[in-house]
Amino acid sequence: MDIGHDTLVALAKSWGLFYLIALSIGVLAYTFWPGNRKRFARAKLIVLDKEDRPWR
Amino acid sequence: MIAQLTITERHIGLVLAGLVTLMGAALGIAGRNDVLAYQGLLIVVFGALVMIALLRNLDAPEPYESRLAEYYDDPIRFGIVLTMLWAIFGMFVGVWVAALLAWPELTFDAAWASFGRLRPAHTTGVIFGFGGNALIATSLHVVQRTSRARLPDQVSPWFVLLGYNLFCLLAVSGYFAGITQSKEYAEPEWYADLWLVVVWVAYFALYIRTLARRKEPHIYVANWYFMAFILVVAILHIVNNLAVPVGIGNAKAYSAFSGVQDAMTQWWYGHNAVAFFLTAGFLGMMYYYLPKRAERPIYSYRLSIISFWGITFLYMWAGSHHLHYTALPHWVQTLGMTFSVVLLVPSWASAANALLTLNGAWHKVRDDATLRFMMVAAVFYGLSTFEGSFLAIRAVNSLSHYTDWTVGHVHAGALGWVAMITFGALYTLTPAMWKRARMYSNTLVEVHFWCAVIGTLIYVFAMWNSGIIQGLMWRTYNESGMLTYSFIESLVAMHPYYIARTVGGFFFLIGAVVGTYNIFMTIRHEPLPLRQRTDAFGGDRPLVPGE
Repeated sequence: MDIGHDTLVALAKSWGLFYLIALSIGVLAYTFWPGNRKRFARAKLIVLDKEDRPWR
Repeated sequence: MIAQLTITERHIGLVLAGLVTLMGAALGIAGRNDVLAYQGLLIVVFGALVMIALLRNLDAPEPYESRLAEYYDDPIRFGIVLTMLWAIFGMFVGVWVAALLAWPELTFDAAWASFGRLRPAHTTGVIFGFGGNALIATSLHVVQRTSRARLPDQVSPWFVLLGYNLFCLLAVSGYFAGITQSKEYAEPEWYADLWLVVVWVAYFALYIRTLARRKEPHIYVANWYFMAFILVVAILHIVNNLAVPVGIGNAKAYSAFSGVQDAMTQWWYGHNAVAFFLTAGFLGMMYYYLPKRAERPIYSYRLSIISFWGITFLYMWAGSHHLHYTALPHWVQTLGMTFSVVLLVPSWASAANALLTLNGAWHKVRDDATLRFMMVAAVFYGLSTFEGSFLAIRAVNSLSHYTDWTVGHVHAGALGWVAMITFGALYTLTPAMWKRARMYSNTLVEVHFWCAVIGTLIYVFAMWNSGIIQGLMWRTYNESGMLTYSFIESLVAMHPYYIARTVGGFFFLIGAVVGTYNIFMTIRHEPLPLRQRTDAFGGDRPLVPGE
């Protein structure tokens, strides 16, 4: 099959668009998912921990 | 440092260095009638030096088992030193190249010192030598601390660090000898490219293995940026460097792509090298060291996640804005332009997140030059991403392209963002790595900071002026529709700005030299251990991690 200019434009305007919209929805859902609130709140603070040893 | 390796690890290292030496010898013999011979010789010397270092300590006793209760920081320390050495080399060549434009006789009639060879030596020295070593060192530090896990083994970090520096040496020495594949930021030829693939896969594996050992349930966002940097740079590097060498004993290779496809691949690579090498990697640095130094958590963790995915997925499409008004299909140019403009949203989200983190800590920014480095970096990140989106608009690009405005934009990013965040991170990291209470001299950090800021401002303003004047002179027509100015007239108009740029670059170089001296003195001569009484130094000294 020969992929021409029109095919590529159609692909970009339909599937390319849908995939980026789906991705944004996915990212926003992950970010604001209530179940993730605790682990994000914890992750935010781990940088400030002054302990300097690996956990065993 | 070698005594910290187990005896088995020393043997593995010896075998690896021996293999590299043999490969170098094979390359040198096959390419004995070509400039390739020098590159083979360089690999042999490099491999032999590593082998000698290992052999000298081969019989040292086994390291204590207690090392496993500590993080593995030796490669990070070595990486910090290499970073500063490359900074001085790359920035020195940069000042030279800048001076060459104002005073063309500075090549001294030597072929190796011509502009076309010095310029890639500057870009590679700064981007890959300075930036790359800084990224490797800080990423290995951040991944251990945020995972609460030691690196999985002690050989592969050394393989990554030394192998990467061998690549940089091959690249830079090759340019001086006239070896180049003529693709901007991807100038090294096929043998060096193949070697980098091996090193980079080892780097990726090392990172994944450390994350797999993590004790924290969640992977901190800085690691996402470092992972994106490692993974995408691997993809970019492999695809853009697909080429067929003339022969095993010949340095020259021909690209697998031709014409506009080659140009598109190159700028997909070139722009995403900016995206993932110079942005994502250094954002990883910022998301760890800025909160650490300010002693405040990042303003919004959720915003950092959203901007991560925004940057990762939008940047990939933006490269074609480098090819406005070329043979590239119009819709591809428009696609690149559109994505470049949308890209401003996640970029400014990151910049705002960084600056808002400092809200409530502005007194620390005032007192602590290290934190000020990072604050200025965030400001320049916001400025240069805005400028980037703006320059990608086709109509603006028709004025700016091929002028010094582009050069000014790149340096606003490279000096203002990349180098500033790196120096901020290194001044935070160095005392922690050598268990010192602080840097050797806080005054010298201040000196470095002001040299860097003044140098950047002079540079960027000179290039803005020069670029816009240049662009306007090239498009000014007289009443009969002829060009008003000849090219040489625009060149004469640039002369004062080229001198100003050299001065700006020189300030920045001086700052880097001062910083290197300060780091060196911190390593050698600051005897104050970490947990000593600090009241002798007053209560206002900046805090360092680990305290």
